[in-house]
Amino acid sequence: MRVLVTGLSTYWGGRLAQDLEQDEDVEAIIGIDRTPPKVELERTEFVQVADAHSLIRRIVQAAEIDTVIDTRLVVDSTVTSPRRAHENNVVGTMNILAACSGSDSTVKRFVFKSSGHYYGAEQDDPAFFTEDMERPHPPRTRIEKDIVEAEQLVADFAHAQENVSVCVLRFAHGLGAGMRTAYTKLLRLPAVPAIFGFDPRLQFIHEDDIVGALEYAARHPELEGVYNGAADGVLVLSEIAGLLGKPLAPILPPWGTGIAASALSRAGVEIPPEVLQHLRFGRGYDNRRLKAAGFRFRYTTREAVLKLREAQRLEPILRTGQEPYRYEREVEDFLRYSPSVRPDRRREPKRQNVARGARRELPQEASG
Amino acid sequence: MTPSLDLEQRRDLLPALEPERRVTDWGRSERIEGLLDRTLYDFLYHVWFRCEVEGIENVPSDGGALLVSNHAGALPPDAAMITKAIKEEHPDPRPLHLTAEHFFKGYPGFSMLVPKLGGVAAHPANAQRLLQDEQQLVLVFPEGRKGTEKLFKDRYRLRRFGRGGFVRTAMRAGVPIVPIALIGAEEAMPVFAQLSPLQRVTGLIYAPLSPLFYLPAKFRIRFLAPVPVHEMGDPEDRGAVQTLAQDIRARIQEELFDMVGKRESVWFG
Repeated sequence: MRVLVTGLSTYWGGRLAQDLEQDEDVEAIIGIDRTPPKVELERTEFVQVADAHSLIRRIVQAAEIDTVIDTRLVVDSTVTSPRRAHENNVVGTMNILAACSGSDSTVKRFVFKSSGHYYGAEQDDPAFFTEDMERPHPPRTRIEKDIVEAEQLVADFAHAQENVSVCVLRFAHGLGAGMRTAYTKLLRLPAVPAIFGFDPRLQFIHEDDIVGALEYAARHPELEGVYNGAADGVLVLSEIAGLLGKPLAPILPPWGTGIAASALSRAGVEIPPEVLQHLRFGRGYDNRRLKAAGFRFRYTTREAVLKLREAQRLEPILRTGQEPYRYEREVEDFLRYSPSVRPDRRREPKRQNVARGARRELPQEASG
Repeated sequence: MTPSLDLEQRRDLLPALEPERRVTDWGRSERIEGLLDRTLYDFLYHVWFRCEVEGIENVPSDGGALLVSNHAGALPPDAAMITKAIKEEHPDPRPLHLTAEHFFKGYPGFSMLVPKLGGVAAHPANAQRLLQDEQQLVLVFPEGRKGTEKLFKDRYRLRRFGRGGFVRTAMRAGVPIVPIALIGAEEAMPVFAQLSPLQRVTGLIYAPLSPLFYLPAKFRIRFLAPVPVHEMGDPEDRGAVQTLAQDIRARIQEELFDMVGKRESVWFG
């Protein structure tokens, strides 16, 4: 398998590349992004490139990439400006797809990381979304609009490119020690904010399961179409607060919620509109299609929340001036290509005997 | 294309129950429901409405079934009393899921409470999952809001049973329908008039002129013999669906007239 990971510098791109490095079947891992990677990578080759499809196409053809895993999608509107999110989510997706299309393309497999925001959160929603369900109303927030548009592009690509097997994974909000999303930030507060009079049903997925599902999808080309990636178990917000050992703070008023949220954001608690809607009506997913395809989730939603609590407790102890990883192009190139490097020290495509737990997992910006 | 799952897979792959949890995936809370059941429901069932139940054996002990009842009263107590009747009288008490129009999800407070007590939004996908995949009991009021908006002078005269959607739901899910006739609710909180200007001002679903508390009418709940609609036609056959819906409506109406006719007093039965 020769893999291209787009969005290598996102949290997911980095973790996925680290996982793929452990696997001998993966001959080559090329990662592309606009910015240097944020995690240490053994044999992944990083190419810094913007979304220019002609350049990506050349990389794909030159490295004879057969599997593309697209982890680039921004699904959290707090991480960047709406304009840049749109640029990345819609224009970026278009470029990646253009780079993989054409009858002469070497790409056989395309895995797209999408988000449950595709479904939105509305009053007349079903309790569990299946993959075939349409959202009952057009998207309300810009990020949701982007995601719907991006998925449409992927669906069109899948239709046009019959020789490429395309898989879209719609993930629930991720939870994990390494992630910094609007949701994990909310759950880090001393009390869990809620809208007065609402106790939404929420479903999450542990970060390891997100990486696991992406990898599983990359390895199993028979998984075609859309799959929901959400752990077993739908919890109500009060239950989540209880598991985290925190009080529920219904500080947001049921009417004028948006105004109150913008006041809160000035006080440093940022609740983006898509999360606000989610805090009102919640969202449940039917994950049985992915389970039927053979994927096994390691954690239930409840276990993911409990893992988050452990991480929250450990955080003040572990946060002791650890230098974040910095990518040094010269060093990486030296270790890979210099004739002076001893063969056993060379970073090259062969299995490194690194224990799974020994990987460094530094907290960083993630979207998911 | 992605294969659709067969019934066996859909059942096998349902999330396993986590014994530590006291809330179901539907948001139903054992704790809150239990609390209300031991206090308010218990009082209403035994003391206030003095419920009498007939034909409880018509509620199956296993497998899914769609319970269909008449519906009345400004703030209808019928759903709670049917739930309680199954809990009290049935040899194998089973939880009952009540379908409610999704409006409740928009109201603060209700949005929290209704699911905790076993309420589920009346969405076809929800009914399908509960009845077929999870093999649960589901209660529907096909009259819907038209039943609760009905005035006292129209009591015990059933409204239209929607467009027969409940029959189609049961057919698709492959479960029988258990019709229920219930008397007493019409007198417990009668609606004398609809105050539409008030409704417009408050933005509520409806604003009835009615007593502010339940009157102690005598309740009688009759569970009728199950109708195996899933063996009686095809859900896509509109004619068959409509005919069955009308048949079921007629059976409930007939029972209601029979029960009201034999009743000697509204308050003492």
